[in-house]
Amino acid sequence: MSMISADRLSVGYDGIPVEKDLSFSINRGDYLCIVGENGSGKTTLMKTLLGLIPPVSGRVVFEAEGPGNKGIGYLPQQTIVQRDFPASVTEIVLSGCQGKSGLRPFYNKEEKALARANMEKMGILQLKDRSYRELSGGQQQRVLLARALCATKNLLLLDEPVSGLDPKVTMEMYDLIRKLNDEGITIIMITHDIQVATMYASHILHLGAKQFFGTTDEYLSSKAGKFFMLRQKGGVMI
Amino acid sequence: MISKLIEYLSYPFVRYAVIVGILIALCSSLLGVTLVLKRFSFIGDGLSHVAFGAIAVASVLKISNQMLLVLPVTIICAILLLRTGQNTKIKGDAAVAMVSVGAMAFGYLLMNVFSTSSNLSGDVCSTLFGSTSIITLSKDDVWLCLVLSVAVIIVFVLFYNKIFAVSFDENFARSAGTNAGIYNLLIAVVIAVIIVLAMNLVGSLLISALVIFPALSAMRLFGSFKKVTVFSAILSVTCAFLGIMVSILAATPVGSTIVVADILAFAICCLTAKVRRTS
Repeated sequence: MSMISADRLSVGYDGIPVEKDLSFSINRGDYLCIVGENGSGKTTLMKTLLGLIPPVSGRVVFEAEGPGNKGIGYLPQQTIVQRDFPASVTEIVLSGCQGKSGLRPFYNKEEKALARANMEKMGILQLKDRSYRELSGGQQQRVLLARALCATKNLLLLDEPVSGLDPKVTMEMYDLIRKLNDEGITIIMITHDIQVATMYASHILHLGAKQFFGTTDEYLSSKAGKFFMLRQKGGVMI
Repeated sequence: MISKLIEYLSYPFVRYAVIVGILIALCSSLLGVTLVLKRFSFIGDGLSHVAFGAIAVASVLKISNQMLLVLPVTIICAILLLRTGQNTKIKGDAAVAMVSVGAMAFGYLLMNVFSTSSNLSGDVCSTLFGSTSIITLSKDDVWLCLVLSVAVIIVFVLFYNKIFAVSFDENFARSAGTNAGIYNLLIAVVIAVIIVLAMNLVGSLLISALVIFPALSAMRLFGSFKKVTVFSAILSVTCAFLGIMVSILAATPVGSTIVVADILAFAICCLTAKVRRTS
């Protein structure tokens, strides 16, 4: 059975759909890239998958949750608030364990160990006492990724994880995400960059006038895929 | 000078004022960081004006224990204001402004039309600037203040990690399964209690200073949420204590003296941060 499936899903705000009639399914270990023009509803779809906003119509079905199978890791786009928020790296990564701790007021040993392990995995352990607002963009994304990993064992949703990063750090970030995918974590990522999407993803969901869902190979031979690949090759970001 | 202080401190009402002042300063600094970062610096102002309106209604209705009316009304308004932060047609700052001036006008109107007091402008002035009320606290007031402050501190410590998660990134917290709505509600209730408490100390017009200055000062110097919270609490208590002492010795109004102390502390923190960065 698929991990997440959407059936004739329409997403939007206040009952007004931004994107209609989406049907797709994601299996364990997949790497799905959501692409499409600005305003095509990529972030809205992601928020719907996360349960932050209700679907306008249709539904999202999650695989039955077993033990240790709870929680989604989410890497949101940065907000203005976070840019001058006084918080240390450890504090932020630990807050990823929040969803599991229920009403317990403080973090326990396992959660602290998990946070430490994830910081190590992301290569930011040496930054653990630094203040988040002093870090570079790439380091900040690693912190947020470590936090997302504290919240999940198997599903990461990433919203434009490389926006504002320089090319070198961007590639590092993509490699990191691919490594996580190789370890069996399902990835759903929003991106502007169709080249990157076709390079890394196993599946593509294209939003907009020409909707598409399928494997990357199918996408490359589809009309929508060819059209957009061509447009971006000229160096024009959509 | 010291002997004069000791003499003053031997009066119970002065001791009450010092105890209450320190507790209020401690409580009001706790949520400062959250409110500043959620862009709700002025919520203190808005709510205290609501409390002012409620006090006016209470005095017109001749309710002996004004807290019984003021506290619930302020809490309800806090919930409405903080809830409307995200998804309404009237945005946060505009909603705060609307409620605050509305309650203010309504309150003053009521006081003016129905007042039985011979010194109306004196009454209004003391409610706005808290000029004397801290010195005239009864033992019951002190107890109420004590209980409420301790409750605020306990709630804050127990929910410290949740408050952090919700103020740093509400969407993430919700996606990870934290019930952000409830914690926003909790923040609203706590801030309302703090505002009503703090009105005794500095009056309605100056409350925002008590809430935001310690947090802003601490944010200049420290980079972790815990350090900022602890330092702003210490700073707030120190400033309140010094402010009360100076106001006793120099016979200045308590509220504004404390706020001036807070401003000086902010200036010192800014300078220190600058020196540290250049060195």
